[in-house]
Amino acid sequence: MSTTLPNPSNPRPGSPSLSNADLQAWKTRQAQTEADPGVFSGAFVQETLAMARRLFIQIQRRPSTLVAGVIQPLIWLVLFGALFQNVPSGLFGESRNYGQFLGAGILVFTAFGGALNAGLPVMFDREFGFLNRFLVAPLASRYSIVLASALFIAALSLVQTAAILALSAVLGAGLPQGLGLVLVLFIVMTLVLGVTALSLGLTFALPGHIELLAVIFVTNLPLLFSSTALVPLDFMPGWLQVIASLNPLTYAIEPIRYVYLHPDWSLGSTVLATPFWNMSLGLSLVVLVVFCGLALGVIQPLLRRRMA
Amino acid sequence: MDAAVTIENLKKSYGSVSAVRGVSLSIQPGEIFGLLGPNGAGKTTTIRCLCTLATPDAGRMEVMGISVVDQPRQVRQRLGYIAQEIALDKVLTGRELLQLQADLYHMPRGVARQRIDQMIALLELGDWADRKTGTYSGGLRKRLDLALGLLHQPDVLVLDEPTVGLDIETRSAVWDFLRQLRAAGTTVLITSHYLEEVDALANRVAIIDQGQVIAAGSPSDLKDKLGGDRITLRVREFTPDDEAETVKALLLDLPFVRGVILNAAQGNSLNLVVDREPSALTAVQTTLEKAGLPIFGISQSRPSLDDVYLAATGRTLMDAELAAVGQRDLKKEKKQAMKGG
Repeated sequence: MSTTLPNPSNPRPGSPSLSNADLQAWKTRQAQTEADPGVFSGAFVQETLAMARRLFIQIQRRPSTLVAGVIQPLIWLVLFGALFQNVPSGLFGESRNYGQFLGAGILVFTAFGGALNAGLPVMFDREFGFLNRFLVAPLASRYSIVLASALFIAALSLVQTAAILALSAVLGAGLPQGLGLVLVLFIVMTLVLGVTALSLGLTFALPGHIELLAVIFVTNLPLLFSSTALVPLDFMPGWLQVIASLNPLTYAIEPIRYVYLHPDWSLGSTVLATPFWNMSLGLSLVVLVVFCGLALGVIQPLLRRRMA
Repeated sequence: MDAAVTIENLKKSYGSVSAVRGVSLSIQPGEIFGLLGPNGAGKTTTIRCLCTLATPDAGRMEVMGISVVDQPRQVRQRLGYIAQEIALDKVLTGRELLQLQADLYHMPRGVARQRIDQMIALLELGDWADRKTGTYSGGLRKRLDLALGLLHQPDVLVLDEPTVGLDIETRSAVWDFLRQLRAAGTTVLITSHYLEEVDALANRVAIIDQGQVIAAGSPSDLKDKLGGDRITLRVREFTPDDEAETVKALLLDLPFVRGVILNAAQGNSLNLVVDREPSALTAVQTTLEKAGLPIFGISQSRPSLDDVYLAATGRTLMDAELAAVGQRDLKKEKKQAMKGG
């Protein structure tokens, strides 16, 4: 602790008053509204935006994670693409080359990785005691903590997605048009919201950041390798096909890949032939939305109990 | 007048450790209430329960007549909480953190802007308000922390160990500020393991030890209730038990000695409660001389809050501190504190 204060004079009688009229009026109004506002309220929007604003100010003043977050998937795209460049065409489904095949995988994996890490800053807030500021405040709902993180991660993912789409296009993979692009963004955002919720759930369930990092490490790459990010489903041994067909990442990757290759896509198009069923594009989206809803539901008791 | 804060029979355990075992206290509006006790006595746990950061196992708590357990949101609106550790986001400026705080309490923009300027002026943050908090000194950090806790003008301000780790200058600034708050009608609850802090600030105090309130009242009442003067006598640096007992019996025979407490934690020093007589000290010295006993040290003083604590527990606050330090597992406590629930 420093002993020299820049302005050592103490607050003393005669210094500015402790209250003001507008504040009093606001306090009186607050005291009269006793009902909990919940998530569909101006209060919820206000607190969520305030928490998100803090995260955006942080990244603006410390942009290294953003820069690394954009560079990393691009390196993946170039290096992994080059690794399998000479694979005979036809092995990777309808894709013209591996780079085109890989684009959708990297896109989803990058968004997933970002969302999986969403809990980390919150965990540090918890460890440093900053989170207590949120917990002792009369929040409309503690889902604002989840939503603020999700908004932040979604914005980062948008930047990353744009970079990956652009580089893929340069590498010759093409670019989905119009509604196709909207669909790609919808898929990425749904996945981000669901995984962010799970990551925050872990943040409140686990004792500290060491444990959280451990879980992130054992989750991240296995989920990548057991999805169709790097190879098509029919390329895998039977048992891995089963796992990949249960992996939510697969349901994000395959529709994006399909939209890339088929400008004439529709919700009924079959995007994935699993060992159990043929998955249509529409059904894949349903799976993703249900996954996201489940994730948000599962963490609710943690938000209430652990933090209450 | 209705109490600003009521706590009745509060109980809270973490695993097999019961941190709070039936604490009851009542805080009147507009007073500074001190919760005094050694580290690990249950002060922070009591406060965490009151501030809705931990769920109590049993007991009733009310803030301004509102149940903490049943209506936590309404209680949060009325409470300001200033934790022992000053947690700031070092990348943000003071003003940005104040704005964040205003939004967490759902202040309309205009009200917030005015209030933030007011708090910056009140706590004399000046130009520092627009610099990143990572550049702040300890005193500035504490002032910003106070501004954050007071921004929504809480009815009750709760401060956990408000001056731990602060330099003397900042400490007295914080004391002045708390007195100023009281003068403006804010109810203040502080925890402290500094006797002089509670003695200097608090209208009333509850002394808490091993999760229970062992004495409560105004500091002067508590001291007056003990009455008389104190004489602290050390026959030897480490007096053997039997010798201490002999001396105790000897001194109890003196007409002005009301009581003698053996303080085992300080090598069996004898703490005498005596009538307020100028000759008392000499009389004790003469008695020991006659009995052929040495004197390692002797002193006379008015009773302090420490004597209140000693009378209730048989050890001084400082000894309890030292004993607690050895027993604590700080890592484990931090984990429990984080878990809340």
